[in-house]
Amino acid sequence: MKKIQYERPVIQRLNAGVMNKFGTKTEYAPVTEIDGNRVKDLITKFGSPLFVLSEKTMRQNYKDANRAFKNRYPKVQFAWSYKTNYMNAVCNVYHQEGSWAEAVSGFEYQKALKNGVPGNKIIFNGPDKTESELRAAIYNNSMIHIDHLDELYLIKELATEMNKRPRVAIRVNMDTGIYPMWDRFGFNYENGQAWDAINKIMLNDKMDLVGLHAHIGTFMLAPSAYAVAATKLSDLALGVKLKYKKNIQYIDLGGGFASKNTLKGSYLQGADSSPSFDQFAEAITTAILNAGFGESDLPLLILETGRALVDDAGYLLGSVISNKRLADGRRATIMDFGVNIMFTSFWYDHKISPAQEFSQYTEDAVLYGPLCMNIDVIRENVTLPPLKRNDQVVVHCVGAYNMTQWMQFISLRPAIVLIDLEEKAHVIRKRETLQTIESEEVLPAYLKEIKL
Amino acid sequence: MNIKRNIALSDSGFVFNPSTGDSFSTNPIGLEIIRLLQEMKTAEQVKKAILAQYLTDDATFEKDFYDFVNMLNRFNLMETEEKDEKATN
Ligand SMILES: Cc1ncc(COP(=O)(O)O)c(C=O)c1O
Repeated sequence: MKKIQYERPVIQRLNAGVMNKFGTKTEYAPVTEIDGNRVKDLITKFGSPLFVLSEKTMRQNYKDANRAFKNRYPKVQFAWSYKTNYMNAVCNVYHQEGSWAEAVSGFEYQKALKNGVPGNKIIFNGPDKTESELRAAIYNNSMIHIDHLDELYLIKELATEMNKRPRVAIRVNMDTGIYPMWDRFGFNYENGQAWDAINKIMLNDKMDLVGLHAHIGTFMLAPSAYAVAATKLSDLALGVKLKYKKNIQYIDLGGGFASKNTLKGSYLQGADSSPSFDQFAEAITTAILNAGFGESDLPLLILETGRALVDDAGYLLGSVISNKRLADGRRATIMDFGVNIMFTSFWYDHKISPAQEFSQYTEDAVLYGPLCMNIDVIRENVTLPPLKRNDQVVVHCVGAYNMTQWMQFISLRPAIVLIDLEEKAHVIRKRETLQTIESEEVLPAYLKEIKL
Repeated sequence: MNIKRNIALSDSGFVFNPSTGDSFSTNPIGLEIIRLLQEMKTAEQVKKAILAQYLTDDATFEKDFYDFVNMLNRFNLMETEEKDEKATN
């Protein structure tokens, strides 16, 4: 007699009438392939855990976003937000699609230059720009987004010293009806700080005020908040036109569009509740078109969209280390990846799919990482088929912020693979080794000897 | 180790405890184990029956069986000792 495929026995209580808030049916559907590459083969070849990026999804997202805005507004420019994912391969996919670069540190700025982005197509943002970094940005004709008055005065001095007119914008923060309000960056709109800063720049006449910038928040689910921001920035631009007879060349609305992830505590799955690019584009472009610009004075619209372009192009593949039963009876599954490489598990209930076929029976479980730390929880509640040691899973929507905010902690960081349009896999960052980590360490000579 | 005799089972894996009104769902192998337990089979006999039918090994099944019975206990599907019986009445 041929034996039956074994699956661990599971039993679950059924709660009549209570919605299962711990997952949806779609989560159980196995994902065995990413862009034509079998999950099993990828793990065999590149190890587990493994980050995988789909170039196809990245380019498709860019095209969708670009089309949504260009269909509605004549002048649109994306600038890739480096901090969202600054793997050079990722940046260059977006640069090939036409994105400029947005950097928030000297390190990111250098990366953009090295990737071949012309200096005048780099936006240099952020509160911490050193004097030498500012000098470089002025020299390269980059767009410098001023965050505070100290910076404004420093740029003024450098302009005199270098005898060059820096191209600057100010970052504006404002009330868009979204709580919490991000008011620590830039100059406030409502209390007049932003208008003051504009006057300081215009009256001093040492730099060119080329743009106005706002980044109103992160994982924004309300297109209407962008409409408010676009209206307020337009109002400032029209104020400059009225008072100084000068056109502001661009309005930059930053990033923050929600990706398809699911925020913790949200009952709706992100894929169902996040607005589309069309909805954001409609809100923003309508606000600018209705603001009162003459047709030839319409500013360029810059977008620094990060997560919404790359999140769902990223996957984390991993394997089960062990199963346990917690003291309160819950199933606990320990994975070979933890919060050290999945920083976003602090914000999101990432969708997780098994990478092999199962029956339709499921269990509620807690998913833990392998770190010796109580906070190492990947999902507090997830409904999955009965996984066993060495079974593989696919974590979805990890393309944004994980490959930049990951920590080298306890274990080494995994490799990152990019699957190209021909479905060929390329390593774009190698798995770390002991040597990678120790290459920057210096052991004083007197500590070299130990006797035990 | 006895499962409650009055537990109702359906072929689709629906498990109903008429004394509490609780219902559960189990997979085919879970259903089979519950049926074997209702036939008063010992742990050893259950293991033998499962190993004869399924592609698994002794150690794996023993671990999973132990865990499963634990859950049956937790869900009040096993007969309890005299004193516990009183406590729940
Ligand atoms: C100034 C600025 N631009 C762009 C972004 C990218 O945002 P997101 O990835 O949410 O689109 C950020 C992120 O915080 C930011 O601070």
